[in-house]
Amino acid sequence: MIRIVDHVLDPGAELTRFCANRSVTGAVTSFVGLARGEEGMPALELQAYAGFTEGAINGFVEDASRRFDLQDVHIVHRVGAIRTGEAIVLVFTAAAHRRAAMEACDYLMDHLKSRAPLWKKGADGAWIEPTARDHNDLARWNRDGEA
Amino acid sequence: MFGRLGDLAGWRERDVAADTLSGLKEILTGLDAALGSALKGVGVQAAVDRAIVRGDTVLAPDAEVAFMPPMSGG
Repeated sequence: MIRIVDHVLDPGAELTRFCANRSVTGAVTSFVGLARGEEGMPALELQAYAGFTEGAINGFVEDASRRFDLQDVHIVHRVGAIRTGEAIVLVFTAAAHRRAAMEACDYLMDHLKSRAPLWKKGADGAWIEPTARDHNDLARWNRDGEA
Repeated sequence: MFGRLGDLAGWRERDVAADTLSGLKEILTGLDAALGSALKGVGVQAAVDRAIVRGDTVLAPDAEVAFMPPMSGG
């Protein structure tokens, strides 16, 4: 399930819900992205395009599902004003075995970081674009090949 | 308008009467030349009714057009 929300996230509660009532799942991987910056200060402002952004993220989930033996994916992304220390993004993946869950989580984050239709403004008021490091992180999935 | 385009325009949404995407860009350029040149900038994409459009297209009377600068990612 993919959600774009404009309120503070509770990663622990979301993860507890995601792990509940599973009998065939052997592994859940969780990633929580936090806003870095000065303590107690606004760190970021994020914009999404309702409907369009979720559609693009769903495309990453479909790609990940073809590539890895996944059972379930849960992605929650914050928008609006985010303060230092708050969670920006949660990515949870469930699989029978750990390797698929861990690799799919990594794959999804690399795609979210550089390809998701989100616009992010830093505390200095400047709009941020993906870094060379984000592009390199994404490119390694192509270097690894599809086999 | 998303990201820096919204800051530049000073608005995020407005109603504009236009028959085509290129016609819409011309109208917006007439209202604000700086915005018009930003809309033609490198990496700026347009979506009509939430689908990316490359080149020109006819706009339905109630079409929703989004102008998107390069995406920041999550």
